[in-house]
Amino acid sequence: MSELRETIQQVIENEPVALFMKGTPQFVMCGNSERALRALREAGAPVTAVDILPDPRIRQELSAVSGWPTIPQVFVRGELIGGADIVEELAASGDLERKLEERLGAEYRSEEAGGRVVDVLAA
Amino acid sequence: MATAPLETLLQGAFPDATELVVEDRTGGGDHFQVTVTSPRFNGLSLLDQHRLVNEALADPLADGTIHELRIRTRGTQ
Repeated sequence: MSELRETIQQVIENEPVALFMKGTPQFVMCGNSERALRALREAGAPVTAVDILPDPRIRQELSAVSGWPTIPQVFVRGELIGGADIVEELAASGDLERKLEERLGAEYRSEEAGGRVVDVLAA
Repeated sequence: MATAPLETLLQGAFPDATELVVEDRTGGGDHFQVTVTSPRFNGLSLLDQHRLVNEALADPLADGTIHELRIRTRGTQ
């Protein structure tokens, strides 16, 4: 397994909420990434963001791991939740908050609203 | 890409769809909204419903014809 794939897998498994996106929360480069980020933030999720744009291998390895072809991709404690449409639908129905509570505990709401960014290439 | 080739792919994957709409969201031929209602989605999670749509559109997704895809799926029950 490549080192990059291993790093991506670690982010998926170890972060409470991992968002693989185009750009960063500070500088979002795609409408769907923006929608997913907004839905997660409104639900109070502690988002760890990974920018897939710096190297095409990030997206290739991510899709190989997740089996999901498009960006963004949202994971909660290692479980693929889906892309922007699914996250928005789950947020609208209240299922997103229920899922976050169930997987992360009732106190999941992030105190640090800005979230954090992981560089999978630097690892 | 026009919407017709995507409709053809989706019709092939969901021949029993009661609703099947492909919209070009920006007019540029690469940002699409896909809406499918099919009994095939009954009992499936949203993730699995979207997975079926992604599989039907695997080629245009892989070759970059579709730059951005929005999906809305519903079962018939």
